[in-house]
Amino acid sequence: MAPNASMDGNATMDEFLTRALAAGIGLALAAGPFGCFVVWRRLAYFGDTLAHSALLGVVLGMLAGIEPSLGILALALIMALLLGWGQGQKRLASDTLLGIVSHAALACGLVALSLLEHLRVNLMGWLMGDILAVGWTDVAVIWGGGALALLALWRLWPTLLAMTVDEDLAAAEGHNVARARLVLMLLVALVVAVAMKVVGVLLVTSLLVIPAAAARALSRNPEQMALWASGIGLAAVVSGLGGSWRFDTPAGPSVVVAAVLLFGLAQLNRR
Amino acid sequence: MSRLPEGRRMSALVKLDQVSLRHDRHLALNGVSLAVTPGRIVTVIGPNGAGKSTLVKVALGLLSPDSGSVVRRPGLVMGYVPQKLSVPDSFPLSVRRFLAMAAPRGDWQAALDRVSAGHVLGRQVSQLSGGELQRVMLARALLRQPDLLVLDEPVGGVDMAGQAEIYDLIAQEARQHHRGVLLVSHDLHVVMAATDEVVCLNGHVCCAGHPEAVAQHPEYLALFGPRVAASLAVYTHVHDHAHLADGTVEHVHGPQCQHGRECDHG
Repeated sequence: MAPNASMDGNATMDEFLTRALAAGIGLALAAGPFGCFVVWRRLAYFGDTLAHSALLGVVLGMLAGIEPSLGILALALIMALLLGWGQGQKRLASDTLLGIVSHAALACGLVALSLLEHLRVNLMGWLMGDILAVGWTDVAVIWGGGALALLALWRLWPTLLAMTVDEDLAAAEGHNVARARLVLMLLVALVVAVAMKVVGVLLVTSLLVIPAAAARALSRNPEQMALWASGIGLAAVVSGLGGSWRFDTPAGPSVVVAAVLLFGLAQLNRR
Repeated sequence: MSRLPEGRRMSALVKLDQVSLRHDRHLALNGVSLAVTPGRIVTVIGPNGAGKSTLVKVALGLLSPDSGSVVRRPGLVMGYVPQKLSVPDSFPLSVRRFLAMAAPRGDWQAALDRVSAGHVLGRQVSQLSGGELQRVMLARALLRQPDLLVLDEPVGGVDMAGQAEIYDLIAQEARQHHRGVLLVSHDLHVVMAATDEVVCLNGHVCCAGHPEAVAQHPEYLALFGPRVAASLAVYTHVHDHAHLADGTVEHVHGPQCQHGRECDHG
């Protein structure tokens, strides 16, 4: 939502935008490498499912008397564990399972919201994101959480790459595949939960998938792709917020539109 | 590793004893026992769905058996060539990097040259042909200097001349470097020359032993059908085993047949 300059005065506007940029840039940097794994390991639908459970997380968080963001994070982590377990059962195809859980979570969230009328929830804010409403605490959480997530990713990097080639091969060569798979799912859940604030339930996986997909066209090795994904995400956040400011368009969707344009641009480099 | 013949049992790199494993209701492995010792090539043959790949995964420790035991020598280094590998197009990975992941300081070019794939070092893994990828995977497994090579249909997609070449290389690795080899194939006649022991698998171990003995084993014939037998003139068969219409197996003892203790069709 583009801010109304006449209401708050220019100094405050600058701070709005600074905070939004700081949050968006921190998120884009962290989302880049994770987005690569989402693309390589086909986790896009998994990310969507976690995002769709966010509304339920908000409701449960409010009922439990904790921050909605913590509710989202807790539910996302629980969902990641459940999905990890469910996919091990192999009764249903992975996308079927995700399709069930994803929409069940979204529907339950909406129903729960309507039942609890005394809760004041900004539904549009959660669906579309509200990056201009982030405070400095949110910024600190994004940068701190992002740094921790990237540190964990860096420690597991060789195992995760080996798994991306082939899980059996990685296990036969002594990598702890089960642990790395679990940690990756939890970290993606963390990134999704944090990104919710910025782009909202509907668009959250786009911040993971689109920059990484764009980076593929520019990369010859996994590390290059991770760095490019962060860089493209950063460019999308800056140009998207700039565009949102300039054209008075909603911030989250503007960032995603910018990312899509960058994706298109990157395809020109496809050999 | 022991060089003494009587020490072979003790020095087994991997030893499966009475291993059974169920997939849903289907008994994929039924009381399977086998051991691979240094310098020996054990070839597992059997028709589709016989449990060959399952057996490989149990030997590697990727699957735990429902019953029976699997013992790997402590500190065992394994080189594994899976039946197929599908590296997604979205994953930018050069052959050089793929090899470096397994052996950071190996001589990658020399390893590729040994499998006649020296030209692919700079290529992307997702762009290799089936045969090229198979060769690269073997080179990668060898770069690890493994005690035990586990090869699941290692020549799939490789042309005929290349197949013989690859089997020669595997035999050389076993003999010269005392690597144990557990090889899965459904094609006995190409692997025969180098194989020390053949295990004929169809859920249970139908027969096991020296290739000549197995090739004469009626259950081998029953599994692979008369056309295979016809193409292998050296093989003569004495039936000891009949597959009945209801899927059960009736046993008739033949010469040279060895059975796992689990065989209840005696």
